[in-house]
Amino acid sequence: MTELIKLTAAELADKIHSREVSAVEVAQAHLDRIAEVDDHIHAFLHVDTEGALAAAKKVDEGIAEGKAPASPLAGVPLALKDVLTTQGVPTTCGSKTLEGWIPPYDATVTRKLREAGVVILGKTNMDEFAMGSSTENSAYGPTHNPWDHARIPGGSGGGSSASIAAFEAAIAIGTDTGGSIRQPGAVTGTVGVKPTYGGVSRYGLVAFSSSLDQAGPCARTVLDAALLHEVIAGYDPRDSTSIEVPVPPVVAAARQGANGDLTGVKVGVVKEFGGDGYQPGVLRSFQAAVEQLRALGADVVEVSCPNFVYALPAYYLIAPSECSSNLARFDAMRYGLRVADDGTHSAEEVMSLTREKGFGAEVKRRIMLGTYALSSGYYDAYYGSAQKVRTLITRDFDAAFEHVDVLVSPTTPTTAFKIGERVDDPMAMYLADLCTIPSNLAGNAAMSVPSGLSDEDGLPVGLQIMAPALADDRLYRVGAAYEAARDAAAGGALIHKVPELGGTK
Amino acid sequence: MPNISRDEVAHLAKLARLAVTDDEIDVFAGQLDQILDSVAKVSEVAAADVPPTSHAVPLTNVFRQDVVVPGLSQQQALAGAPAAEEGRFRVPRILGEEQ
Repeated sequence: MTELIKLTAAELADKIHSREVSAVEVAQAHLDRIAEVDDHIHAFLHVDTEGALAAAKKVDEGIAEGKAPASPLAGVPLALKDVLTTQGVPTTCGSKTLEGWIPPYDATVTRKLREAGVVILGKTNMDEFAMGSSTENSAYGPTHNPWDHARIPGGSGGGSSASIAAFEAAIAIGTDTGGSIRQPGAVTGTVGVKPTYGGVSRYGLVAFSSSLDQAGPCARTVLDAALLHEVIAGYDPRDSTSIEVPVPPVVAAARQGANGDLTGVKVGVVKEFGGDGYQPGVLRSFQAAVEQLRALGADVVEVSCPNFVYALPAYYLIAPSECSSNLARFDAMRYGLRVADDGTHSAEEVMSLTREKGFGAEVKRRIMLGTYALSSGYYDAYYGSAQKVRTLITRDFDAAFEHVDVLVSPTTPTTAFKIGERVDDPMAMYLADLCTIPSNLAGNAAMSVPSGLSDEDGLPVGLQIMAPALADDRLYRVGAAYEAARDAAAGGALIHKVPELGGTK
Repeated sequence: MPNISRDEVAHLAKLARLAVTDDEIDVFAGQLDQILDSVAKVSEVAAADVPPTSHAVPLTNVFRQDVVVPGLSQQQALAGAPAAEEGRFRVPRILGEEQ
């Protein structure tokens, strides 16, 4: 096995741009790795061997002609969550509804990756339409956590997190509606960032909950995440919620942070995220991370955000409501699955039978929940109240950020749970997103960075860092400083403790 | 008393165009009831004087120049169609037996 796959994206880019290795060699090494281990991990729904090698060849040709690389990540292999459209390459969203669908256009994120010379290896597994916290809701079977194949890799972006933890790709793209980048990052020992809402275009991101959905970077280091963040972010006239401001200087912040000095940075520990329901090993890892931040010079204080405990219930009204509306587009008429079109059924019957067949249980549950919450008579009590909670959570953030630069908490209350453990208990599954949801509701930026292994089960734990809207760079400064200190204290990056893959599924 | 009855779940499924089975209605009724119990907590703090938030960033209408830009070709638009005929989407009959 080649060691190319163990390098960071920044290291790979350096080697490719200095012609020490070719982008084709790097792509091939990752494709070989996928062929070797993905039967065990199932991170990918589709591997685009031909497209990846062609993109890599183009990067090599440009470099050979003496042209400057298209971006700092030109030639680096990436895994793309299957919720972003790719022209000519299947996009399923983990659903039978879109099995075999080949989009006629690229998402803006996809286009930016291609223009940056990033090599897209394939599409990653996910909970159906990004609804879930474990990838068990994928119609194509679950993804396995590289740290323990019997456990979930998080969700909905479990394919993306697992692909980088298993060294099948150097970097990946996820989308985060309630924690779907950060929670998978936490349970796989990788870095995941939800940028400020509106920072990355949603054009071509198949909509689940439009006011919450946000694409972002997944990586093995904070710097790699920053490099990817700068490639995909920026104003897009094709997304009416895209923010027309410059991308925060996240790469510079990551480099500054790596120097390890947080003197003068004020860090707030969210009082409400701890205690009952949190795994003791997760809390101990979190406490150690907070001490590490203090040792780096940060001024750490406790902050109360009393309405954060209402974020989870508000989310499970707002997201299903928006989903019930967004998924109405799957009507069996213009694209996607159609069943029972045998001349005896009307269009409406075909629509109902197709949706019944094409959607899995969680999607149906959320569509019905949203339909209920939006129906007259219940609208004010449920959806209306949830929108008010959204205001209260934003106020809590605003009040907190008057006193501190960033907030921190555990990313998720437990380490990776076992596949199958929560599938029949939706509320237990929803608790995985307890700490991540406030930043989706308020729209601010948040990151999960590995804080080590839980001492009771040896599984990865994530430290969540939250920053104000448009201050994404603060995440990278604090995250990189913490990462450098943690790695130095532990004698290396956490990800290199992941077990060698192989054996049985 | 549950928040949601079996009949209500069946009605929701009909509204949402989901031809769910009787077994599914049984399972969903119990699960939706449990979820609604939990999410109803939002009303504890949703006082009358709190304004609702629909989006994290203030939304303003976005205009573009009224000029033609390239779109999908007819062939591209129909490429994913479950059925096409004479360059159009072919759909099942619109009216059911009862209409």
